[in-house]
Amino acid sequence: MKQKKWYHFLWLGEILYLILGLCNILFAWLGMLFFSIPIFITIFGGNKAYCNRYCGRGQLLGLLGEKLKLSRNVPPPKFLKKRWFRYGFLLFFMTMFGFMLSATYQVFAGAPLQETIKLLWLFQLPWEWAKVDMVAPWIAQFAFGFFGVMLTSSILGILTMIAFRPRSWCVYCPMGTMTQGICQLKNRKEPTAYGRTSKGNCRTTQTTSQ
Amino acid sequence: MSYSFKIAQVEKECVACGCCEPVCPRNAIHVLLGMIAQVETEKCIGCGKCAKTCPAAVITLVKREVVS
Repeated sequence: MKQKKWYHFLWLGEILYLILGLCNILFAWLGMLFFSIPIFITIFGGNKAYCNRYCGRGQLLGLLGEKLKLSRNVPPPKFLKKRWFRYGFLLFFMTMFGFMLSATYQVFAGAPLQETIKLLWLFQLPWEWAKVDMVAPWIAQFAFGFFGVMLTSSILGILTMIAFRPRSWCVYCPMGTMTQGICQLKNRKEPTAYGRTSKGNCRTTQTTSQ
Repeated sequence: MSYSFKIAQVEKECVACGCCEPVCPRNAIHVLLGMIAQVETEKCIGCGKCAKTCPAAVITLVKREVVS
């Protein structure tokens, strides 16, 4: 049994974020940490330590799927891991993020605040009970938009957790795709330090005299 | 600990999520430079835990080639 470390409990942060966001939409701004920290680690560390170790959402999906047995635990469809799908989903996700930023700018420029949360990029969920009088309308608009993004990705993560393996979201997570792409650009070479990745280099040096 | 005649093999479509690392009882699989998981052939005992955990299903067990 491996010893538990502090970062094994970051799934609590994911739950706390969703609860805080439901209590006060302005807490949605904290979600910027989930966007900026992985990119910061990848750019300056040159690795995917956030995905590998510190991702609260991944941990939460793992717990729900493995400990609570909510996952069917079957391999996902093959297209999910294909580059065209992963980068296509990243592009789609970033386009939607751009629309959200555009809506924020429009409110900044004088358009009325839309007190709704958009789920799965289709369904407008009324959210008029949120108290956002204490901040500028554009700050509230960004919070509504961003919380919609976070809820949408959480729903997708839970759906694929149930349907496939617990952490199936990690396969097409836009942040994971982006950070892997940055690592590939940054390192600009195929990993050949040890081990093997295909049948082409699978010969080992084990002897038969064991 | 006994070695099986199988060994984990990672496909190129690995998403480098790192789900395989904590489940390996021999610490034989690591995500290298955030790009792909790689198996240390000397350490891998072919237990298959990484293959069962991999969310992308890109880890398979293959027959270990023996060089005498």
